[in-house]
Amino acid sequence: MKSAQNYIDLFKENRALLNHGSAGVMNSLRDAALKSLEQYGLPHSGLEEYLHTDVSKWFEPDWGMNLARLDMPVDFAQAFKCSVPNLSTQLYFLANDTFASSDTAAKNSLPEGVFAGSLKEAAAQHSELVEKFYGRLADMDRPGIAAINTLFAQDGFLLYVPDEVVLEKPLQLITLLSSKVDLMVNRRILVVLGRSAQAKLLLCDHALAANQYLTTQVTEVFAGENSSFELYDLEETHYANRRTSELYVSQEADSNVEIDYVTLHNGQTRNTVFSTFAGRGSNLSLNGIATIDKEQHVDNMTFVDHRVSDCTSNELFKYVLDDSASGAFAGKVLVRHGAQHTESQQTNRNICLTRQARMFTQPQLEIYADDVKCSHGATVGQLDDKAMFYMRQRGIPEAEARMMLMQAFVGEVIGRVSLEPLRDRLNRLVEKRFRGELTQCEGCRACR
Amino acid sequence: MNTETQDNSLIREISAEKYRYGFTTDVHTDIIDRGLTEDTVRLISERKGEPEWMLEFRLKAYRHWLTMEMPHWAHLDIPEIDYQNISYYADPTVKKEGPKSLEEIDPQVMKTFDKLGIPLEERLALSGGVAVDAVMDSVSVKTTFKQTLAEKGIIFCSMGEAVKNHPDLIKQYLGSVVNYRDNFFAALNSAVFSDGSFVYIPKGVRCPMELSTYFRINAAGTGQFERTLIVADDDSYVSYLEGCTAPMRDENQLHAAIVEIVVLDRAEVKYSTVQNWYPGDENGKGGVYNFVTKRGLLKGVDSKLSWTQVETGSAITWKYPSCVLQGDGSQGEFYSVALTNNWQQADTGTKMIHIGRNTKSTVISKGISAGHSQNSYRGLIKVGEHADGARNYSQCDSLLLGSDCGAHTFPYMDVKNETAIVEHEATTSKISEDQLFYCNQRGIPMEQAIGLIVNGYAKEVLNKLPMEFAVEAQRLLSVSLENTVG
Repeated sequence: MKSAQNYIDLFKENRALLNHGSAGVMNSLRDAALKSLEQYGLPHSGLEEYLHTDVSKWFEPDWGMNLARLDMPVDFAQAFKCSVPNLSTQLYFLANDTFASSDTAAKNSLPEGVFAGSLKEAAAQHSELVEKFYGRLADMDRPGIAAINTLFAQDGFLLYVPDEVVLEKPLQLITLLSSKVDLMVNRRILVVLGRSAQAKLLLCDHALAANQYLTTQVTEVFAGENSSFELYDLEETHYANRRTSELYVSQEADSNVEIDYVTLHNGQTRNTVFSTFAGRGSNLSLNGIATIDKEQHVDNMTFVDHRVSDCTSNELFKYVLDDSASGAFAGKVLVRHGAQHTESQQTNRNICLTRQARMFTQPQLEIYADDVKCSHGATVGQLDDKAMFYMRQRGIPEAEARMMLMQAFVGEVIGRVSLEPLRDRLNRLVEKRFRGELTQCEGCRACR
Repeated sequence: MNTETQDNSLIREISAEKYRYGFTTDVHTDIIDRGLTEDTVRLISERKGEPEWMLEFRLKAYRHWLTMEMPHWAHLDIPEIDYQNISYYADPTVKKEGPKSLEEIDPQVMKTFDKLGIPLEERLALSGGVAVDAVMDSVSVKTTFKQTLAEKGIIFCSMGEAVKNHPDLIKQYLGSVVNYRDNFFAALNSAVFSDGSFVYIPKGVRCPMELSTYFRINAAGTGQFERTLIVADDDSYVSYLEGCTAPMRDENQLHAAIVEIVVLDRAEVKYSTVQNWYPGDENGKGGVYNFVTKRGLLKGVDSKLSWTQVETGSAITWKYPSCVLQGDGSQGEFYSVALTNNWQQADTGTKMIHIGRNTKSTVISKGISAGHSQNSYRGLIKVGEHADGARNYSQCDSLLLGSDCGAHTFPYMDVKNETAIVEHEATTSKISEDQLFYCNQRGIPMEQAIGLIVNGYAKEVLNKLPMEFAVEAQRLLSVSLENTVG
């Protein structure tokens, strides 16, 4: 509670400065956020949802915050030359929590009516649109990071796709964390898809320099009727990085949403997903991979709310834990009264490679309707001895065989990624990760 | 009459009688005043003529209980319980000393147990071969077969007697598995427990018969706080059965028991429960609150403990029979059928704590919800750092009958050892329409068809029950499901 009070005080002292660096719509929710933070504080391990990740501790150090919106120049061209072969994306950049730039060619090629860019700018220029959606899903009536994020967020990214518009090319939003001091970053992402709209968004988190970072990220996704949306959240940062994110998804009738969380490299990560079916006949595919070692920690919590009938949710999370890494997974599926014909499947499989690695898993079903098919499964174990023996017998060296088995293990999740070039890239990255190489791609200076 | 028609008539007969154990017995019962203070604890101890160390044990627990708050994490909606409005001790035997032979027991009490179909009379030994300890309200009424058991060195008596006659064993083991600090209800029980059963199986002895305790709450306004302690010494074996019933009353009655089991080297204990406390009426009025702590410590190498439970009664059930797998190669099993109907609530499951090497545990849980009931499975599989080669398999299935009930699964897995293999699977679905259609087509009416399918669904667990109990459990499942179609 003490650190929450520090942030409350900080906010009260700097409110004018904060508002000045942001836009009216974003400023209008700060009172509610303040109230929530005062009431619930920061999420701590005394809460069941945060049992294995004491997020409140992350907020204790004296973080720098760029409230005055000082220019923190990042040379994107130099820092990020990432080009995924065959993955032709439209690039957008966030420097810490400030929208930095997009390539102009990309901007011009967007269909009419589509907005992809700074949330702050959008809030100023299209305040009606942003007001209608901003902060509508993020739940501040419970302990979490939505409150502190809403309190301090000044900018972020907005993707708006109007009715019937299909974005062929995936959008790639690259976040580079770069600072001369240890920095806390509060980032906000808003995605609104109209009726029958389609889009794909790839989020890449990278950290430059060895400073410590704390990121809070709140993402809100509104998927309109019959829309289709794919969100890939890829984290490749470094050991000193702490990240806590909340993703809120609301799906209208007949919509399809795919979400993939990939944690290849990080320090401490906590991702929370709240997904709601608001209209019938919708599908959700929610997947995750974590390949972690040393002292790294990944905690994914998902909550899928089947409010209406005839929806399908499919979840698959896989962890490979090496050294002293620790992982946690908590997944809850709630099928409300009347949500008949729900189909829900949730799977979490984990491999611990060493004695020190630790895994905690907690799949949960809460069901109030009878005509449903729901199942969940979870396992913690090691690589299959028999498969290992089979490969050794055929002359494959132990290290290689081990790698192939691990690759196959996470391959199941990668296989679910719809974006083919990204799938290939992930396969390569994961392979490199298992070989103990750094996961940076050629020509990229990020994530060292 | 062939077997099938016999079964059918049985179901009809049972269907007509609803909760058949709902009668009360008009027997003079010595009940102490309602309320709980340190004096109450002293009074209970005094009534039972306990030694000083036992009173100390109780007082420590009571003082600790005062510092605790009732937990609220379960998926249950529990109305406020007024702990000062319960009488903590009721003794239907009245007589100053325990009955020495059957003739001394109040005939009304005898009738009660006769109605329950419990063979208190030793002559029934020939047919049943079950030794029974009957506990009415808080006091052990009669233990049968003591003599036969004593010949083998087996101790099977009420807790009250054990405190007097076997103080060393009680001092050594009481509270060694479930400490009074363990949880709110364990502290409460440790302070006010009135009686229960004590079992000691000496080294190398295989108990020749099933040991059984029947619990019955009779008096109004009382709670039942019994305590069971089973110690199975090296290379021994025992199968223990527990059954419970209570009269139909509008008020809720509290039952907070503790069961402790210590299993030493290569010993095996099988613990079976058919829990049929009064579940309340169809509007959710009345019924027993069943808040029980059951835990076994598998201390010895290659020891084995198997929990089998059929839970059909109680307005609210909150219990997690658990195994602490401490000895290398020890094995824990948990087989459960929990059926809730009307407004019943159940939050039940198990904890398997793997500490020793090569320990194994199996969890099979079958939940059935009907009416407006809520049925949750909650389980923890914990594998410690040194539990090399630990293996767990859990399966929990839920069956939903009707659209107003709920079925929930909350499994927790905490693995700290890389050689461990932990698996969990759960499914939730409604009763298969194909199966119902198949039965209907062959002239089996809906209600019977459901009974048939549910019994088939629960078979995996029912098969683990000793013969006498399996029959009772099957009947119970059918009765409890009555009127769920519609």
